[in-house]
Amino acid sequence: MKNGKDFIVIGGSAGSLQVILKIISFINNDFSIPVLLVLHRNMQSDSTLEDLLSAKTNLIVKEVEEKDVISPGHIYFCPSNYHVLVEEDHSFSLDDSERVHHSRPSIDVVFNSAADVFGEKLLCILLSGANADGAEGLQYAKKLGSTTVVQDISEAEVAYMPEQALKLGKVDYQLSAVEIAGLLNSLEF
Amino acid sequence: MQDEQVEVLLDDFLECYGYDFTGYSKASLRRRLQRLYLMDKFLSFDEFRYRLREDPVYFNHSVEEISVNVTEMFRDPGFYKVIREKVIPLLATYPLIRVWHAGCSTGEEMYSLAILLEEAGLLHKSLLYGTDINPLVLEKARKGIYSISFMQQYSRNYHVSGGQREFSSYYTAQYNMAQFNERLSGRMVFATHNLVSDFSFNSFQLIFCRNVLIYFDKNLQSHVLSLFDKSLEPLGFLALGSKESLRFSSLALQYRAVEGREKIWRKMQ
Repeated sequence: MKNGKDFIVIGGSAGSLQVILKIISFINNDFSIPVLLVLHRNMQSDSTLEDLLSAKTNLIVKEVEEKDVISPGHIYFCPSNYHVLVEEDHSFSLDDSERVHHSRPSIDVVFNSAADVFGEKLLCILLSGANADGAEGLQYAKKLGSTTVVQDISEAEVAYMPEQALKLGKVDYQLSAVEIAGLLNSLEF
Repeated sequence: MQDEQVEVLLDDFLECYGYDFTGYSKASLRRRLQRLYLMDKFLSFDEFRYRLREDPVYFNHSVEEISVNVTEMFRDPGFYKVIREKVIPLLATYPLIRVWHAGCSTGEEMYSLAILLEEAGLLHKSLLYGTDINPLVLEKARKGIYSISFMQQYSRNYHVSGGQREFSSYYTAQYNMAQFNERLSGRMVFATHNLVSDFSFNSFQLIFCRNVLIYFDKNLQSHVLSLFDKSLEPLGFLALGSKESLRFSSLALQYRAVEGREKIWRKMQ
């Protein structure tokens, strides 16, 4: 990867929570590139997710609040029942419009919006899931120069989501959870 | 669509129709304009722009498409529990209870509140004013007819929020629609109102404005909050969406949160 990255979005559905916990537990403590997690989940309370994530990292874990300015050293996650969008001034907006692929937050919505703003400075990662959300967004982001990664389908607990992404077009890397963590740690801010 | 193109369209809307969207969050507008552009199969941005400028009917349709009208009855049941237990008892002493639902969309939250007022024996002396920028959604709100397929979820929300009755006693089912009782809609008044450009039109003891401010930038948010402040009687209540807050507003000092995490504030001065 030639470019430094300014923003990382990781999307996942069924079978992705364990992967995300693994990835962030491997991320270096001085990792500064802001990360946004877009997880489909079934009404788990937001504080539970925050506790789970915080237990695995010393980085600042924070649920996205509207108008938050994207800041280094943070791992953000989307609140349940809202889409998250990225503004030109690198702040977040929340949006409660229709579900996309039966999902709110939707991974497609975040990939598209983040790619519009960050372009080649964006890294998009799509993990395990039983849903096609994220596949189109990943292609859209690639078209705008973002780097795209899907979880290795032999490792993904539910391979449908990364498979859909691969079906739609070329993806830059197919990596295991450990390799994804390695990739993140090798990035320059 | 580029941000600059969105700006061009917003300038046109203001110039041709007097609608000011310039204080809206850009990312959400951009997404919805883009969606409209693809849905209606325009071949170029210029064609899209021309149609929006020259065809008022299409413009009105587009306003409908770019405004978000997702809502539900008893949305966030925990919120309605606090309205039921902590807010409504304090409204009981007023001879006339006036409520403003700003950005009421298709009215589901107004019917929810009307049910709570009825159960507290207060509906007969309450007036619920519903306003929205979009006249088409107000027409739906006035009718109070919703798809029967939502009733199971609304009933669940109602019971989680502390409702004890048969939820189906509040509507009449016909074919695949549910029509809410006219004794609820009989206490409602609807009018178009634009939070960007229109003024305060009455004083209220309770203002609902849920998941509207998230679509506005900081300046417009503070403009609208001050409009609410002007429209709210002392000791009145302001109820916002679950991710909206007074915390960055200059009003924060004059308001007190009613209960912990629910976004309901009482005007103390």
